[in-house]
Amino acid sequence: MLRVTSAVTYYGRVQALKGVSLHVGAGEVVAMIGANGAGKSTVLRTITGATPAARGKVVFKDRDITRLSPEQIVALGISHVPEGRQLFYPMSVADHLLLGAYRWPRRLKRAELGQDLERIYELFPILRERRSQTAGTLSGGEQQMLTIARALMARPKLLLLDEPSVGLAPLVAREIFATIGRLRERGITVLLVEQSARAALNICDRGYVLETGRVVLEGSARELKEDREVQRAYLGRGYTRVEENRS
Amino acid sequence: MAIWNPEAETMPRSDLLQLQLERLQAATNRAYKNVAFYRRTFDELGIVPEQVQSLDDLRRLPLTTKEDLRQAYPYGMFGVPLREVVRIHASSGTTGRPTVCGYTRRDLKVWSELVARVMTAGGVTHDDVVQICFGYGLFTGAFGLHYGAELIGASVIPASSGNTERQVRLMQDFRTTALVGTPSYALRITEVMDEMRVTPSELSLRVGLFGAEPWSERTRELLQSRLGIRASDNYGLSEIMGPGVSGECEHGCGMHINEDHFIAEVMDPRTGEPLPMGEEGELVLTTLTKEALPLIRYRTRDVTRLDPGPCACGRTLMRMARVSARTDDMLIVRGINLYPSQVEAVLAEIEGLEPHYQIVLERERALDEMEVWVEVPAELFRDAVGSLRRMEERIAERMRSVLGLSPRIRLVEPRSLERTEGKAMRVIDRRNQSAEGR
Repeated sequence: MLRVTSAVTYYGRVQALKGVSLHVGAGEVVAMIGANGAGKSTVLRTITGATPAARGKVVFKDRDITRLSPEQIVALGISHVPEGRQLFYPMSVADHLLLGAYRWPRRLKRAELGQDLERIYELFPILRERRSQTAGTLSGGEQQMLTIARALMARPKLLLLDEPSVGLAPLVAREIFATIGRLRERGITVLLVEQSARAALNICDRGYVLETGRVVLEGSARELKEDREVQRAYLGRGYTRVEENRS
Repeated sequence: MAIWNPEAETMPRSDLLQLQLERLQAATNRAYKNVAFYRRTFDELGIVPEQVQSLDDLRRLPLTTKEDLRQAYPYGMFGVPLREVVRIHASSGTTGRPTVCGYTRRDLKVWSELVARVMTAGGVTHDDVVQICFGYGLFTGAFGLHYGAELIGASVIPASSGNTERQVRLMQDFRTTALVGTPSYALRITEVMDEMRVTPSELSLRVGLFGAEPWSERTRELLQSRLGIRASDNYGLSEIMGPGVSGECEHGCGMHINEDHFIAEVMDPRTGEPLPMGEEGELVLTTLTKEALPLIRYRTRDVTRLDPGPCACGRTLMRMARVSARTDDMLIVRGINLYPSQVEAVLAEIEGLEPHYQIVLERERALDEMEVWVEVPAELFRDAVGSLRRMEERIAERMRSVLGLSPRIRLVEPRSLERTEGKAMRVIDRRNQSAEGR
């Protein structure tokens, strides 16, 4: 569905991506893990056109989208949930969701829009309860759910999620990840950036490990979880062993 | 016929090429980061890993040779700390320092998976009783096929090599259905079967998977008829992984390379230049997922051709032709380049010869003298002297026209040439000794 080939991306003069290749198959949940500054979010911004690649290629459904504008890319069915929730606090939950469907109103009849809303409320029951509350009154986890829900209202084929668990209590984060797991059942393809490697590897099919703008490892979620280097660097295992060897 | 991992083995080519590029970039990044040898050679050539922007860029990377591995003896080329290594194999070291091959836990898993693919392509299923006649030890052949067969769920007999009469008895008593070993040892087994008066119909054999040395179509026919099996070829080398690199499917039109784990190139062994697709040359392999011993553009010294065309079996994996020779087996006789397998090919064309031969080289008055010893059926010795001489002349004539050499032909009785339990000894080169003697 999505293919990134040798993407090289700069922020000003800083080379953030040094030839990154990855792919996401239809219906897959794919995770990118890595330390701060490894280039994970930049990959997402390269895909959405926010920071286009200087070299390399992004192909979505056999169409080269490397040089398209962010608006064109959204229209093709790629929705980006950026890090930080970026909600309008005085606006109601329901209005946020309608806003997510802004590209549809004229083409979609009211009924169809209602069906979409219904499906979203099934996925996020808490949002139904809060639908007339303003976004500012929601908890952190609820706000995160609202951002994902808003993106889903655009009926994306591919959802890009940037650090959905950041700043959330562990229990709330777990709920968010469970929801992402359910997206897969609904046939939505997900590319996920996550610092919490363990949580990401528990819900994804495959993953890529990024280091300083390069992919250093790729594999199935199980392979990555079993990888000693990943365990040591990102899952916090094996430190005692290292210490023992040193003494 | 079954395919072990259809998702990987029948992947559309364009998806496969994307996966290869992703894995190549990750593997190059890791090798540069973790293996001092690659960091040094890259730095010397002014190469950085991110120059690999396409699969074609692979050819800009330096080659790795067996000598590099020897220099790094024992662990210098490992890409992970030794505590991550769960298995160590090594080459025999008969031609110098041995080369050491390590495996992480994941490497062993991948190894089993890839051999399972090759064995499934060769016709092995979970209902088979697999007798492994490779030597268990530092050599990778036995263990690789053992793991693959176990993963498939077959019943594995780790018979190891040697004690050929016992091998035959095992085949009878344990109702072995799949035989695994070198083709030359399988031929040896057929001889012992004759001596023991055991016919293929008394056995349950169905298929045979042979590899670890070059062999000919004629040997395949002999093995198939004498054992009553379908014989298939498979390929691998310890440095890269062991068996599991490639194997024949039921169509027998070349060995499908497990391209999601290896990239194959063919190059001119003298110049090191890549050759166009389909031309014969030295096989160069790059490992994409190996952790303990990642190798970039490793010179295998095996001569083959690549064929990316589609195969009737449905696998999209490119095929390599049966290995026709090894570059380090090349002999220079009176200035002419000669591979033992060329001699084998000439002998294979001639009816009434046994597939056992030896090339003996000596130097007489500064001239190379070549003799080819060939076994012929015992009946020929009972016939009139004329039939032996006619056979000699026929072979000599073919050698002259095909190889441009006129070796002396020595016809010998069956079983008079030495048999080995592993790879066959085809060449006895006494040229340096005879020079010293003078």
